[in-house]
Amino acid sequence: MNKTNITQNSITLFFGYLGRWFLRAIESMGDAAVLSTTSLAHLFHRPWQGKHIVLQLYALGVGSFVIIAITGAFTGMVLSLQGYYTLAKFGSESLLGSGVALAIIRELGPVLGAFMMVGRAGSSITAEIGIMRVTEQLDALQMMAINPKARVILPRIIAMIIALPILVTMFDIIGLAAGYVVGVELLGVNGGAFIGEMIAKITPMDLYAGWVKALGFGILIGVICTYMGYRATPTTEGVAKATTQAVVAGSVGVLVLDYILTSFFL
Amino acid sequence: MIRTEKLSRHFDDVIALNNTDIHIKAHQTTVIMGGSGSGKTTLLRLLAGLECPTSGHIWYGKDDLNGMSQKRLYQLRARMGMLFQYSALLNSLSVYDNVAFPLVEHTKLDKSVIHTMVTMKLEQVGLRGFEHLMPSQLSGGMAKRVAFARALAMDPEVVFFDEPTSGLDPISAGVIASLIDDITKRTKMTSIVVTHDVHAGLKIADHVILLWQGKVIAEGTSEVIRHSDDARVQQFIEGRPDGPIPFSRSETSYIDDLLHKPGTVRMS
Repeated sequence: MNKTNITQNSITLFFGYLGRWFLRAIESMGDAAVLSTTSLAHLFHRPWQGKHIVLQLYALGVGSFVIIAITGAFTGMVLSLQGYYTLAKFGSESLLGSGVALAIIRELGPVLGAFMMVGRAGSSITAEIGIMRVTEQLDALQMMAINPKARVILPRIIAMIIALPILVTMFDIIGLAAGYVVGVELLGVNGGAFIGEMIAKITPMDLYAGWVKALGFGILIGVICTYMGYRATPTTEGVAKATTQAVVAGSVGVLVLDYILTSFFL
Repeated sequence: MIRTEKLSRHFDDVIALNNTDIHIKAHQTTVIMGGSGSGKTTLLRLLAGLECPTSGHIWYGKDDLNGMSQKRLYQLRARMGMLFQYSALLNSLSVYDNVAFPLVEHTKLDKSVIHTMVTMKLEQVGLRGFEHLMPSQLSGGMAKRVAFARALAMDPEVVFFDEPTSGLDPISAGVIASLIDDITKRTKMTSIVVTHDVHAGLKIADHVILLWQGKVIAEGTSEVIRHSDDARVQQFIEGRPDGPIPFSRSETSYIDDLLHKPGTVRMS
């Protein structure tokens, strides 16, 4: 076989692999959309799942508060520190408040909050549902005439949609407070200028953009993580693989959706 | 009561069930036996509506499971119970809550009534007093008995048992087999048991169905099966390694597979 043939074969193999990967990705996206919409349709049917939504809201939302608070605090502190040394070069330290606030509210709050939720709550959703599949608990629910889509998937997606905007708001508040402490108390920026600039530069649209992003990320993470768990291969390796894929797909999905939503709001 | 008609189930190239016709009578224990990969668990899952057949029909009286609406299927399942191979207890719930689960979900009974019913079911399986334990604290035999109590909670007409004695010590296996036999006779329910435990299966069965390669090769009472002339049936119930049912399922030549290892140079 000559060199040209080897190159042609390699190219054919590469595009073949790429094509199959793309088709599988499209198929999975369609399957996930069908699974989540058929699950969410149960929101309007009896039996109501209110109690299970509240339980999930507690597990996913309240359980994630500490990690969100820590991430928010350190993000605000680092932003304040970096922002101060950059702005000091131009003698514009007074703009620190607006810089920190805009970065956190519009971008870092929703994105980092979503990353934390994928890692902490999303992975546990996938692993839990996957283990329910392995141990036949989903089949057991079916045999007890309980629809697993209504009982298992729906409450987790809804809880994620409600929890993420609330947690992102908390991330923002804690991040701004931490940024204030570092900027004003440690670096000596004028407190009035810090808060005044922040209030002057932040518009309702910025807040709205942050919440819409958080809502979008909540839907995305809820759909991806429940889907990966529900369709996991019923083996220990299958659940481990599904959990990894859920975190990777969720994180990449957040970045892609962030770009799309940011382009709408700019 | 339950009847299948030309029932087939394929998984890609693998034929798990092939044009199978069976008839399960009400108020009896029907035991479906066969070696690993003979299609018995697939048949059970199809009968329970947990999987869809590739072709054929499953009749519950005059109702065909194929194409049945989800609402009707769930109505039917409210009269069914199932004991899974690995018990399938809900990990987050205690023994009490697992057994009470179907009652809480499907009835509006008072808590005190549910308490009485759960206590009765746990007494039936010999686990009264263990209500507070979590599934992770139970042995395999205990978990199966809790799952049995849960399957009985709604007083079902039909109960499916998937390998109820697998992975258990002989005493626990004997207890489970006796419970199935005893409760089936007392409550007049219909039990469908899938097992490869020949001893327990033949002991409790009113009717035995023996599967091989997705087809029924023998059926009848335990006595009929024991005295069958079919060499495959005798090999299975006696557990003989040699006979018409091969141990190795490989289709390719052993010598060829050994000589053509990946990465080795083919010698000619």
